[in-house]
Amino acid sequence: MTPVSLPFHEHQRQELQRRCFLTQSTTGLGGIALASLLQRDGAASGHGGTSGHGGISPLATRQPHFTPRAKNVIFLFMAGAPSQLDLFDPKPEMRRLHQQPVPASFLQGLNDSLIKGSARVMASPRTFTRHGQCGMDFSDYLPHMATVADDLCMIRSLHTDTSNHDPAQLLMQCGVPRFGSPSMGSWITYGLGSESQELPGFVVLLSNNGPGDIAGTSLWDSAFLPAPYRGVTFRSQGDPILHLASPQGYTPRRQRDRIAAINDLNRLRLQSQPDPEITSRIEAYELAFRMQTSAPELLDFAQETPSTLAGYGIGKVESDTFARNCLLARRMVERGVRFVQLYHYTWDDHSDLNTKLKENCDKTDRPVATLIRDLKQRGMLDDTLIVWGGEFGRTPMNEVRRGNSPEKEGRDHHQDAFTMLLAGGGVRGGQVIGATDDLGFRPIKDPVHVNDLQATILHALGLNHEQLTFRHQGRDFRLTDVAGNVVLQVFE
Amino acid sequence: MNLSTRHMLCLVVIASRFGADLSLTAADHWAFQPIIPATIPDVNEAEAWSHNPIDAFVLARLNAAGFSPAKMTDRTTLIRRVSLDLVGLPPTREERDEFLHETRPDAYERVIDRLLASPHYGERWARLWLDLCHYGDTDGHLTDQLRPFAWRYRDWVIQSLNENLPFDEFTLFQLAGDLISRRDEGEPIRDHDPVLGTGFLRQTLSNREGGADLEEYRVEQVVDRTSLVGTTWLGLTVGCARCHDHKYDPVTQAEFYQLYAFFDRAEEINLDAPLAAEREAYLKTRPEYERRRRDALAPFVEALEALQKQWEQKLLYAMGHPGEDHVWDRQWELLGLIWGGGLGEGQLEGTEIVKLPWLRRSPRQQDDLVDYFLERGSVTDEKQFTAARLGELRQQLVAIRKSLPQAVVTRAPVMRGSSSPRPTHVHERGDFRSRGQEVSPAPLGGFLSQQPGLPPAIADRKQGEWTRRDLAVWLMSPGNPLPARVTVNRMWQEFFGRGIVATSDDFGTRGARPSHPELLDWLASEYLQSGWNTKSIHRKLVSSACYCQSSLPRADLQRGDPDNRLLARQVSLRVSAEVVRDLTLATSGLLSTTLGGPGVYPLQDERVTKEAYGSNIWKTSHGDDRYRRSIYTFIQRTSPFAQSITFDAPSPARVCSRRDRSNTPLQALTLLNDPAFHELSRNFAEILLKPPGLTDRERVELAVEQGLLRQGSQDEIDRLVGFVEQHRTAAGNPINDESERGLWTDLASILMNLHEFIVRD
Repeated sequence: MTPVSLPFHEHQRQELQRRCFLTQSTTGLGGIALASLLQRDGAASGHGGTSGHGGISPLATRQPHFTPRAKNVIFLFMAGAPSQLDLFDPKPEMRRLHQQPVPASFLQGLNDSLIKGSARVMASPRTFTRHGQCGMDFSDYLPHMATVADDLCMIRSLHTDTSNHDPAQLLMQCGVPRFGSPSMGSWITYGLGSESQELPGFVVLLSNNGPGDIAGTSLWDSAFLPAPYRGVTFRSQGDPILHLASPQGYTPRRQRDRIAAINDLNRLRLQSQPDPEITSRIEAYELAFRMQTSAPELLDFAQETPSTLAGYGIGKVESDTFARNCLLARRMVERGVRFVQLYHYTWDDHSDLNTKLKENCDKTDRPVATLIRDLKQRGMLDDTLIVWGGEFGRTPMNEVRRGNSPEKEGRDHHQDAFTMLLAGGGVRGGQVIGATDDLGFRPIKDPVHVNDLQATILHALGLNHEQLTFRHQGRDFRLTDVAGNVVLQVFE
Repeated sequence: MNLSTRHMLCLVVIASRFGADLSLTAADHWAFQPIIPATIPDVNEAEAWSHNPIDAFVLARLNAAGFSPAKMTDRTTLIRRVSLDLVGLPPTREERDEFLHETRPDAYERVIDRLLASPHYGERWARLWLDLCHYGDTDGHLTDQLRPFAWRYRDWVIQSLNENLPFDEFTLFQLAGDLISRRDEGEPIRDHDPVLGTGFLRQTLSNREGGADLEEYRVEQVVDRTSLVGTTWLGLTVGCARCHDHKYDPVTQAEFYQLYAFFDRAEEINLDAPLAAEREAYLKTRPEYERRRRDALAPFVEALEALQKQWEQKLLYAMGHPGEDHVWDRQWELLGLIWGGGLGEGQLEGTEIVKLPWLRRSPRQQDDLVDYFLERGSVTDEKQFTAARLGELRQQLVAIRKSLPQAVVTRAPVMRGSSSPRPTHVHERGDFRSRGQEVSPAPLGGFLSQQPGLPPAIADRKQGEWTRRDLAVWLMSPGNPLPARVTVNRMWQEFFGRGIVATSDDFGTRGARPSHPELLDWLASEYLQSGWNTKSIHRKLVSSACYCQSSLPRADLQRGDPDNRLLARQVSLRVSAEVVRDLTLATSGLLSTTLGGPGVYPLQDERVTKEAYGSNIWKTSHGDDRYRRSIYTFIQRTSPFAQSITFDAPSPARVCSRRDRSNTPLQALTLLNDPAFHELSRNFAEILLKPPGLTDRERVELAVEQGLLRQGSQDEIDRLVGFVEQHRTAAGNPINDESERGLWTDLASILMNLHEFIVRD
């Protein structure tokens, strides 16, 4: 059985006693001392539930299990699944087999319901060249990401358990291909807390407002972990956090007066009813007000230089939305946000692969490369782990379900092999891990399961994926379920 | 300290932290022992304090620990508490006044009677049941399509609770209502038909994404149903035994699949279930509709049958020989994915009909399949399809449907026995492709120390399988201690903030131990003896002196019982997400008390729904529907109503027996700024502005009374009058209607943002 790390519990118990003492002894002072104490802890909220960190602020910072390499994560989730064969994993042999049926040896024992025997090999029309001192392969669709090759660790041997979008997205984000488990960002803020005083510890950025292949709020749900670990969605248009803006027409003063009256009345209540939950409520309103005043500053790019904005691709029609979110991610990490999960969708190119893949690359290539370079220039890359990738890969064969005409061909979902990228956060750049067979069908070297990737991400943060557990319905759950091996090579 | 002492200490630490019975075997585990009707403790002071035997049990523990109970709370707090707990709505000021001025000794009992008889009781308690079966109005998974009739089950739950359907029948109807129903084949469902209860089993998700493996997701549904039964009635995490024997509880993997087998032999079906208002017209027009349909089909029958049979043969061949012909693989897959999509129909009904010989199909099944074939079957042979003018036939049938709209009515999602039962195997390592030993349906519970008697039906039957009906009877038989304990514990949890067993979803060896084991058993045996009379137990709980105690924190308990395990006071509880909104609706005078019907769409930022798969939209309701109770709010599984999630409503994708009660800045932002709440504050302001000629102070006093149902203290009123003056100064002259409305809107909103407002003390 996995031991539960003791220090958390001991620390919590002491803290709880300290608070009880203060609550008892300072009621006459309106809990001022208590409020300042909560402030120092970076308390967002008390937690009145039956589980979690006792009476301690759930977002108070906590020590990792061992010395971390990274402090924060920016997960660039490419939902819909980009084609690894047209971006990262060149397969010259496929040229020879182009339009041929897939050799039977590849199809043996295949479980994937999507791969049809009648499909034919589809060689990539892309040109691959080597980049950086390391000589990493990139296709001509990613000229910008290619320039940071020496900072990237490319894993070509990822594999997953399912080839449907939402179970695979759940597996990638929550560790199991089913609804009902906490997201990676929730686990990490549960494990480490957050250093931000004004912003949530786990933020979700959605780069599309339109339809997309994305499984919804379960991807950033805290599930059985306490609610403060739930991802908070920041929208790229309008009110960034739901109800962050005061009601229409309210001046900041009017809002402040309202909140002041609420908190004064809550304090009066606290005098007759010394309940720590009231203190937490007062704190929550104070933090809500701070969020209201600090978020505009966060979102105001006026302090950024024109060259930074241009570098990200802000102002360019194709890349503007995603670029803004990349810059926002950096600004959030600067302000102590622990985990930023940024979605771009959809890469689900069943047809018309050439055109659509180009569109998505144009939207994301420059912003991603600039984000990495920008973090590096600011000395933040060492502390920030960047993860780039989708929920699975795409087939080496053309898609037959839709009977696409040759010029409109696309690729189907493929669970057995795909590529992801890591950068920063102690990752050794300029290396490629794993390799796939001649068709890119399956890994032939160093296979990395999604749970292995998750164990590795936690490892970068100083968290042992087997020790970061939460008791729910009698069982100690963890992000990696019952699997996961840290891929140490990533860091070596 | 020597090594062995250190070791012993370590064990003690572990055992106390986990609350686990490390030293005991499963057979000794407390929860598996028979319910022993406990003797009511004889406590000296009990007579003075007690209202009923619950109090004697509580007092005995308190005395032993050297504590005395808290004093009774004041009447205003009490009526607000019991109203929020029983019906999820605050009392009106008139109801409060009546209670305050009532001098008869049974004043409180009268309030309880009124609340238990209110139709709002079912609305409040249904929500907790829907948490267990994770009710939703859509499919879940990527496409998350509409289930337009899911609410029939939701309303069935509300109705059953209001009518106080005994819990054993409530159970029976949900697990096996189809086997109890006396409806004839083809007859429409009536309002009280037990089959409606099987909607419980229809809350599983449906995956209609292209490429989804039909069997894989059917298995997921069956596993979900199995686990739901485990958590809901047994308080056991049986789902843990899906891949291997349960690590902590005595449930083997084979036993899991025996329980699974009950639901493996059932399938989803939707049936015509006309509402009262639809029924007469339906009964009148349906025969006419069927006649016209027959007439329309007659000239085509020969060609249609020939081509449809070809189509079915190809589908069945593809089913048995996957990978040979991708066109027909795809047709088979499509039939299973899109059948009834957007209508919430059983996804696999189409494939099940195709598997049935023609003679075994009901007329309705045959009709439905013909409609599907006419829609999608031209792929069989385009030429013949065109030559037979089947496209034309399809249009004719659509036209008939349109001309007789009363013949097409509200449906209901239910279950029935499989038309082609399949053998059930253990799934090795939880993988449905790895078939282990074959198993038959059988209940869990070899671990129960006293075996519940076999249901009479089974005892009489020498051969034959256990049915879902037998399972329900077995579950509720007096020899099975778990359902009664687990259910009264969930009730206790609602009235006292925490169960007697804190882990209300886990009564297994790793769950918490009961704080008051005798009390739990006394309640469980009362429940059994009352004939599973839920309202009578609720009445006992809220009548107890223990329930009526003040919730004020007590300095003397901080050290000895900081968690209030001994119940020396009541507790303040943040009300649930739904009650937060309903409370605000009621206080602002906008609450609509309309009962039942399809889900409604209160005001919400339309981006919330778009953040999931983009084709779904939030069609904000207008008029009455905008202000309905929150149980009627439409639940889109992939992007549930954001306000509810912010206040800890559980995900509609997983079982939940106890909710979190968080306290977050997002809740503050919602109550402060959400346009939906702002709208309510504005209406509250209208109430405040109505009485003419009040001074500011008088109006502030009115606001506090309306919002908090109590008089404000001098300090509170002063602070709020100060706010009024401050606001007027800031707004500047002249004072006009609009600025006054804004001022009192803010005042209303201040009251509805107070901790006290969203808490039941």
